[in-house]
Amino acid sequence: MTAHLYPDASGHFGEYGGRFVPEALVAALDELTAAHLAAKTDPVFLAELDRLLTTYAGRPTPLTDARRLSEHAGGARILLKREDLAHTGSHKINNVLGQALLTQQMGKRRVIAETGAGQHGVATATACALFGFDCTVYMGEEDTRRQALNVARMKLLGAEVVPVSSGTRTLKDATNEAMRDWVTNVETTHYVIGSVVGPHPFPMMVRDFQRIIGVEARRQVLELVGRLPDAVVACVGGGSNAMGIFHPFVDDLEVALVGCEAGGDGVETGRHAAPLTAGQPGVLHGARSYLMQDDDGQTSDTTSISAGLDYPGVGPEHSLLRDLGRATYSGVPDAWAMQALEKLAKSEGILCAIETAHAFAGACDWGRAQVAAGRDAHDLVIVVNTSGRGDKDVDTAARWFGLVTGEQVAESELVRAHEGEQP
Amino acid sequence: MSRLDELFARCRAEGRAALIGYLPAGFPSYDLAVEAMLAMVEEGVDAVEVGMPYTDPLMEGPVIQAAHERALANGTRQADVLRTVEAVAATGAPAVVMGYWNPVHRYGFRRWAQALKDAGGAGAITPDLIPEEAPEWLEACRDLDLDPVFLVAPSSTDERIAVVGRTNRGFVYAAAVMGVTGARAELGDGARILVERVRAQTDLPVGVGIGVSTGAQATEIAGFADAVVVGSALVSALQERGVDGVRRLSAELAEGVRAAVRP
Ligand SMILES: Cc1ncc(COP(=O)(O)O)c(C=O)c1O
Repeated sequence: MTAHLYPDASGHFGEYGGRFVPEALVAALDELTAAHLAAKTDPVFLAELDRLLTTYAGRPTPLTDARRLSEHAGGARILLKREDLAHTGSHKINNVLGQALLTQQMGKRRVIAETGAGQHGVATATACALFGFDCTVYMGEEDTRRQALNVARMKLLGAEVVPVSSGTRTLKDATNEAMRDWVTNVETTHYVIGSVVGPHPFPMMVRDFQRIIGVEARRQVLELVGRLPDAVVACVGGGSNAMGIFHPFVDDLEVALVGCEAGGDGVETGRHAAPLTAGQPGVLHGARSYLMQDDDGQTSDTTSISAGLDYPGVGPEHSLLRDLGRATYSGVPDAWAMQALEKLAKSEGILCAIETAHAFAGACDWGRAQVAAGRDAHDLVIVVNTSGRGDKDVDTAARWFGLVTGEQVAESELVRAHEGEQP
Repeated sequence: MSRLDELFARCRAEGRAALIGYLPAGFPSYDLAVEAMLAMVEEGVDAVEVGMPYTDPLMEGPVIQAAHERALANGTRQADVLRTVEAVAATGAPAVVMGYWNPVHRYGFRRWAQALKDAGGAGAITPDLIPEEAPEWLEACRDLDLDPVFLVAPSSTDERIAVVGRTNRGFVYAAAVMGVTGARAELGDGARILVERVRAQTDLPVGVGIGVSTGAQATEIAGFADAVVVGSALVSALQERGVDGVRRLSAELAEGVRAAVRP
């Protein structure tokens, strides 16, 4: 595979991607494609984006040598690409700043977004505050509950948060509502999609804005180790942090690319969110890609402890990488992810997002499997994309590990119910 | 001549616009949906759009979303949609499926096209499919003499309208207002402008949908379009007043399209 060949001019990654959208959106997608392609080679745009990423978002993010975590990965050396240290606490800001600049160029002043874990919503609300745009974020009702901290952050940043109570009340339905808003208000509004999903040009454009993760990581690991890593590991919800770190390594065939989907209660139970592991090609939210669906083509319900991975679809470029065998994907169950979250916290002093914890579980697994297959652990270097920090997940984690008493749980629920009553 | 071509020829001869009514299969139950569709035809609806219930209907407002959810909760499957088509087609009125793409994709579009043909269906309206993504689907429709109907919107450029005009058969579906389905108190002049823009690109009949809910609105649209498409209002009528409600609204709309003064 030659990474730069995809997508083709019509937005297809092999047989994936494309545009499966209401006709009403096509003109806006064409406009956006033209704006993005022009911006890609526009020195003024690139300099402005670079300035924002450097002086506002805090790039480049460091590469941290996680010495104590190594014992959990069969002794392999683990390097953390620290997107959790970027402004707003995750990689999502990279994409949002790029799209905010494009929004400004296109002369639009209203921005909408969907969010699952709330990190993309927070990043969007942040950029809108910076650029002076009106901001509306759609979020599944279930996710407003489990990611309450991020709801408060978005509101403090001046965004309107619209809870979505249709369907599964999670990221999928928040995306449906955002699409419905966009179909209605497309003249004035830009829809900042938060991952490498959606109709062309989003999968390409979001990847291009997230590639900075992999570009930096590749340079940093060469400086630190003197060679390319054996594996690059990332969690996969829609797939933006993974695509961002994978892409600059795609043509380095000696580097294994490992994607960790949400295994939920275990892929074998059917209760998970792992379309690349256990789905079939289908169409959702504007693109053809692997999809969790039943045999009648209805989208399946998903299960994951992580709101940011709890999504039945995935970016089309991952579907291509999967079919080509260039990247491998598997489902990491909730329990493994939470175990990994605890290990990382206690061995490195880094409390990561639950999404990110899936990548650590997958990285440890990959390292141990290599050692079991006879590789020398001291020769193995694994880069893990540390996509976000875990402040938003403290509540969920505290319950998982039994760190709050029943009384405290009841009380926090009472507070929340009370908050819900306020206008 | 396809069944939709025949319908539009007949309406043209009668000097009026056609009336197309939408209801989802399986809502509120399989039997009541079929009963309501047959009642529509009896009251003067010329063609039925049979909605294929879907988990993620992106173009629908709250009324039709809720109907899809209910139909799915009832266990409605593709086979039921096709049986519904068969029941409508047996009346002689054209039955056109309104279906989001993934269920068709999953079924296999060639196999699905054959099943639609076997059920007596006239064609399919595909709200989240654009002509560029559908070469094999178009081929299957051509082979089986089914009418593929794509949409245009006020935001469509003239070039895009021309593409849809070249690709469609039967008619062009003009989504009159930007936005999702649902009754609108005022339709504005967006529909009229869009119909004019479509006519400049194609000789196909133009149907106007989204927002139409009353006999008076049907009269207004029938004054300049070749078909009036009504959805949410019929779904609400069925939800609130049962088959009888659908019967009464259909009669009002049928009278509405016939009352129009046409150029
Ligand atoms: C920290 C973090 N990592 C990963 C994800 C998953 O998204 P993606 O797969 O697009 O990187 C999210 C989404 O909310 C997130 O907040």
